[in-house]
Amino acid sequence: MTHTLSVLVHNTPGVLARIAGLFSRRGFNIDSLAVGRTHDPTVSRMTIVVEGDDQILEQVTKQLHKLIDVIKISDITKDVYVDRELVMIKVHAEAAARAEIMQLVDIFRARIVDVGRKSLTIEVTGNEGKINAFEDCLRPFGIKELVRTGKIAMLRGLRSSSVDKENSHKEEDVD
Amino acid sequence: MAKKELSGAQILVKSLEAEGVDTIFGYPGGQALPIYDALYDADIRHILTRHEQGAAHAADGYARATGKPGVCLATSGPGATNLVTGIANAYMDSVPVVAVTGQVPRRLLGRDSFQEADIVGITMPITKHSYHVEDVSELAQVVKEAFHIATTGRPGPVLIDLPSDISLSKIEYREPEEICLPGYRPPADADPEQVIRAAGAIAGAERPVIYAGGGVVISGAHEELLRFAELLAAPVCTTLMGLGSFPGNHPLSLGMLGMHGTKYANYAVTECDLLIAVGARFDDRVTGKPETFAPEAKIIHIDIDPAEVGKNVRVDIPVVGDVKRVLNQLLAVLQPRLGEAWKKKIEHWKKEYPLTYCEKGELKPQEIIREIYNLTGGDARITTEVGQHQMWTAQYYTFTRPRSFISSGGLGAMGFGMPAAIGVQVGCPEEVVFDVAGDGSIQMNIQELCTAVNYELPINVAIIDNGYLGMVRQWQELFYNRRYSQSELRNPDFVKLAEAYGAEGIRVTKRAGVAPALEQAIRSSKPVMIDFIVDREENVLPMVPPGGSLSKMIG
Repeated sequence: MTHTLSVLVHNTPGVLARIAGLFSRRGFNIDSLAVGRTHDPTVSRMTIVVEGDDQILEQVTKQLHKLIDVIKISDITKDVYVDRELVMIKVHAEAAARAEIMQLVDIFRARIVDVGRKSLTIEVTGNEGKINAFEDCLRPFGIKELVRTGKIAMLRGLRSSSVDKENSHKEEDVD
Repeated sequence: MAKKELSGAQILVKSLEAEGVDTIFGYPGGQALPIYDALYDADIRHILTRHEQGAAHAADGYARATGKPGVCLATSGPGATNLVTGIANAYMDSVPVVAVTGQVPRRLLGRDSFQEADIVGITMPITKHSYHVEDVSELAQVVKEAFHIATTGRPGPVLIDLPSDISLSKIEYREPEEICLPGYRPPADADPEQVIRAAGAIAGAERPVIYAGGGVVISGAHEELLRFAELLAAPVCTTLMGLGSFPGNHPLSLGMLGMHGTKYANYAVTECDLLIAVGARFDDRVTGKPETFAPEAKIIHIDIDPAEVGKNVRVDIPVVGDVKRVLNQLLAVLQPRLGEAWKKKIEHWKKEYPLTYCEKGELKPQEIIREIYNLTGGDARITTEVGQHQMWTAQYYTFTRPRSFISSGGLGAMGFGMPAAIGVQVGCPEEVVFDVAGDGSIQMNIQELCTAVNYELPINVAIIDNGYLGMVRQWQELFYNRRYSQSELRNPDFVKLAEAYGAEGIRVTKRAGVAPALEQAIRSSKPVMIDFIVDREENVLPMVPPGGSLSKMIG
């Protein structure tokens, strides 16, 4: 099944290679990966979406824990979380089709960020379902290019998968 | 007055001294020259090997014998890549080794410069951690962290890659700070609830077996293991890495389990109702077919590495913590038990299925191992290469104390034994050291004989010479219809070779010659290489075919 891992790491060169290596060694393909600094500039957050056998993934997660630069891993797959992805789509848009495309943009609360002679570039954020639906709607017009950031996710409510400064240690959120 | 500035290389040496390093195994080269220059004035003994792989294995052997971290040093590029097998070996067997490599100066990095190799990238999957030093001001801290990481928790190799411009740049030396690694907190005591669950399972067991691995040796838990086994009257089998963690001559000892384990160890594991794994990792050479491994047993797994729990076999009660501390936690709550029926059954198996070989005909490898045992009273430090001779050593030398058997277990690296023996002898100068070797393996690092001669290290090398890559030949005999493809060896004259290096060489072809040759070797203050010409097609038995069930052994 598909897992979403939220991983806090030390913001050092090589940390991405170490993490990627543990997945590739076991034949896992990373579906999406989003990396960025957290509010603490020495710490980065990786949101990794990966598909694979639950048992093997549990083993990979344990191996990830062993990396010195990994501070915390949460497999939030079964938690309640908000997730977003930002996608930019460059779609073929002759004059005749523009009105219809702009209507779709409205419906999906997307935004047009660039206009070309025969194209529109549209930005849309949302979860996977919304983005897939939007992509399907635009496909008949002719998608020229599509770029996506990869998913980022955050647990709902007060719970967090950040490091508690008072009591920072590796833990896996399983509840 | 301004404080004196130190170069990066001087800071490295000072930091190594601060970690208590008194010996380094290494080999100089271009980008390591600043480090070697700093070593020239240091109170650290440097052992110059003849190949960087030898340096890595020697540091590994030194660490395994003494329990202290081993340090090896090489230059960039080929120097660093030659360390790779040694680093992988230390990783697989959880040995604390700190490897320092020179690197091209920062301005040349990533340009395919002369003798440049991305050694941090190459060794990423075979190190516990690695550092590419990017600023001389962080070097002292890096060294401190490297030793901390290498030696604590589940030990392992740590690499420090040091560009030569950093070795040369000068800075006012500052003491490193306290180590703060939020991503690294090795467990110590186990969860008390898991200890209680384990104790409950132990109290309810009728046929318990203890399966002890290298973790017992690393943790220094051999005394606790002895008390634990005696309290429970539970038989103990060990892995290859666990040999010596429990006295092999103890009535409760079952010897080694697994592919070339004793029949009684494998039968006991197959029929036990509780298997207590202590510092072991259920390697495929131990379990055979995982589905039929200990089929009737509840499994308790005591290990410091949570990633080992459930990795290879199902585990009923994981107890994550330092083996020594967990055993003490258990000893505090357990009651003695008696298991007469189980004991009788084990004694019956031991009597019915002992380790045997035919003592007639040509000289047999097993009798050479037994003779080394007899003449050293079981007190020698034994290293091995990898292959048949390694398994015969594991079977026929009765190891009674930890850190006396030093062998490449996980990686199975031929060429380990001789450089390891050098490291062992450096760390334990008063002790008798033997490298039991095969005629194939010994040639993988035979150049290190020169190192032993140079530093007057009186190691002994016993070559079990059958003119084959013996284990390969055995598998070809059993599983490839006797098609001996590329397994027969035409060897040099080992006696002349030893003499050319300045060591003593002895050849033994007959049974009567074994003891006198070994006695001469033990007495000699020089390195001695003995070439034992043995029965060519002797097999290591019993044997569980690869992927088979432990209960179905050949021989």
